[in-house]
Amino acid sequence: MLKRVPAMLFALLLATGFAWAQAEDPPPAADSEETLSAEESEIAIDAAVFPGDGMIAPSNIVVSDWPNDAGDALLVTFDPGSETENDSFIGYTIYRRIQGTEEFQKVGLTELNEGTSFVDGYDPDFVVEPGVQYEYMVAATYLSGAEVSSEVTVAQEVASGQLYHSGKTRVLLGCIIFLGLILFYFYAAQRGVEMYLRPIAGIEAIDEAIGRATEMGKPILYVPGLSTISDVATIASITILGRVAKKVAEYGTPLLVPNRDPIVYTIAEETVKQGYMEAGRPDAFDKDSVFFLTQSQFAFVAGVNGIMMREKPATNFYLGMFWAESLILAETGSLSGAIQIAGTDAVTQLPFFITTCDYTLIGEELYAASAYLGREPKQLGSIKGQDACKGIIMAIITLGLLLSLTDLIAGTETLNWLKNIVTMPVVD
Amino acid sequence: MKRSVPLAIVMVGGILFMIQYFIPHQHSQTLFDYYTEWAPIVGAFALVLGVGSLTRLHSHKIKRKAKNWQYSYAVLIPLFGIPFFALIMPQSLGGGMMESMGGDRLTQGVFDFAYMNIQVPIQATMFSLLAFYIASAAFRAFRAKSALATVLLFAAIVVMLGQVPIGELIGKWFPKVGLWILRYPNLGAKRAIGLGVGFGVLATQLKIIFGVERNWLGGAGE
Repeated sequence: MLKRVPAMLFALLLATGFAWAQAEDPPPAADSEETLSAEESEIAIDAAVFPGDGMIAPSNIVVSDWPNDAGDALLVTFDPGSETENDSFIGYTIYRRIQGTEEFQKVGLTELNEGTSFVDGYDPDFVVEPGVQYEYMVAATYLSGAEVSSEVTVAQEVASGQLYHSGKTRVLLGCIIFLGLILFYFYAAQRGVEMYLRPIAGIEAIDEAIGRATEMGKPILYVPGLSTISDVATIASITILGRVAKKVAEYGTPLLVPNRDPIVYTIAEETVKQGYMEAGRPDAFDKDSVFFLTQSQFAFVAGVNGIMMREKPATNFYLGMFWAESLILAETGSLSGAIQIAGTDAVTQLPFFITTCDYTLIGEELYAASAYLGREPKQLGSIKGQDACKGIIMAIITLGLLLSLTDLIAGTETLNWLKNIVTMPVVD
Repeated sequence: MKRSVPLAIVMVGGILFMIQYFIPHQHSQTLFDYYTEWAPIVGAFALVLGVGSLTRLHSHKIKRKAKNWQYSYAVLIPLFGIPFFALIMPQSLGGGMMESMGGDRLTQGVFDFAYMNIQVPIQATMFSLLAFYIASAAFRAFRAKSALATVLLFAAIVVMLGQVPIGELIGKWFPKVGLWILRYPNLGAKRAIGLGVGFGVLATQLKIIFGVERNWLGGAGE
């Protein structure tokens, strides 16, 4: 008899649970066309682990279009029910379906501390389509897996893309000011306005370095960086290569241009060829002087280092974008006894070049080199335009410094005013 | 024609994508995605030109019996051998498939073996040379030849010792001063360079878009 007690207790428990589940209040009936009963959905609520009677479900679901997007996100907000009083409450599960379909998709779960709003569309598995009418349901979810669902709500808005990102207004204003300044100096230079540019030692040394190689009868090595042509530093480097090639052609000095990127290689080859043509010596152009080595970073370095040690170039140019290989290249060049001119906008590689090269074009000087070498009015104008832009930034920094000091001394909060004007919000 | 068509494409494309940044609409995003998917295809075609260049250079060396011409075979044989065997005997390449995280390799063909046991160690060796070069470069950089070089030397000592436990043993202030140097003077200088680079990039892009800078066109630029 005793052996049967657990089985009887289990049966009793099962019957009680079943009766309790049957006694569950039915979900409220639909009171309008826009509201459907949760019972219609395929979301099953496990009655056996229901957290308790009288629970109030989340309500008042408001769905609005997420601003400044491609029409692929919706903001879902809702009022909480009584679930927050329950210790086993873990968050809200958001369900979505296209209006007119039966099956709901679970599109997200907001954690307990994430509040009562949810941006639908960020999960690439559950994409929000622009212009599609959705229906939403929010379920308070408990540790046991039980859920108390809201009524189904038809989204008040559909997702739509915007034609202007309002969060980028300050970026736009900044662009207009800076573009305006650069264009102004472009045309001022074209009108013949005299512009003074401070001398840059690295650029002035280019002619000297080419002359040295000519005197020594040794080749010049030009590495146009390891990046692709989409990198502006590579474009700047190709521009300088054109000027160097012209000089080299005039002096009849051999030139070696190893490339890592095939597109850069084709452009470099054409540029060097053009340099020889401009110098009036197209016959002197050697097709093998510009060549593709490899796309592998350290294999490229090994190849270039090998050239340095075998050919012993008198002058090495490293102009463009470089990564970890910068020091290996420049140090090998230094050991080979070449005069070295480097230039990059990679801040982390600049110390290596400064240490090992004779001259280094720091950051923007690389972009300015082309204008310095060409001395064309528009090119010079662009440099003055950059300087004017930097002048504005320097003025803002000085103002910030003064306001900061004022705040420190007078206990005011004037710096916030400047911060609000110049700082950009984080935008997608 | 050779010059004006590329210039027109660059001008229209440049202005279009400048405006596109401010338009989050789906059509704008589709255009951007389309372009970013399409651009690498051009690169793939250019690789053929690269291989052509490499072949020409080394075949010329072999023909002319230039200095160290034998090494050119070491370039040309794998350059064509690996794709050839990949086509006729794909299994010779091996998998590179891992059975599980940290598990044994399922298959290891000849070239896979060569890649893992020759190329990877060689590349690692090249990279590790950096450590020795940093030491020799640092030795040159930190010679106190002038007042500024002495300041650099002092700052370097403080920063380096501040990064290692012995620095804290020497003085509690070491790590703090080292961190201050990194956070303020160093960061200020880096930002100044970054700002200049930003404007330089902006000006260069404008020069390209408006056709002031044409050297990127190669021979068609003039």
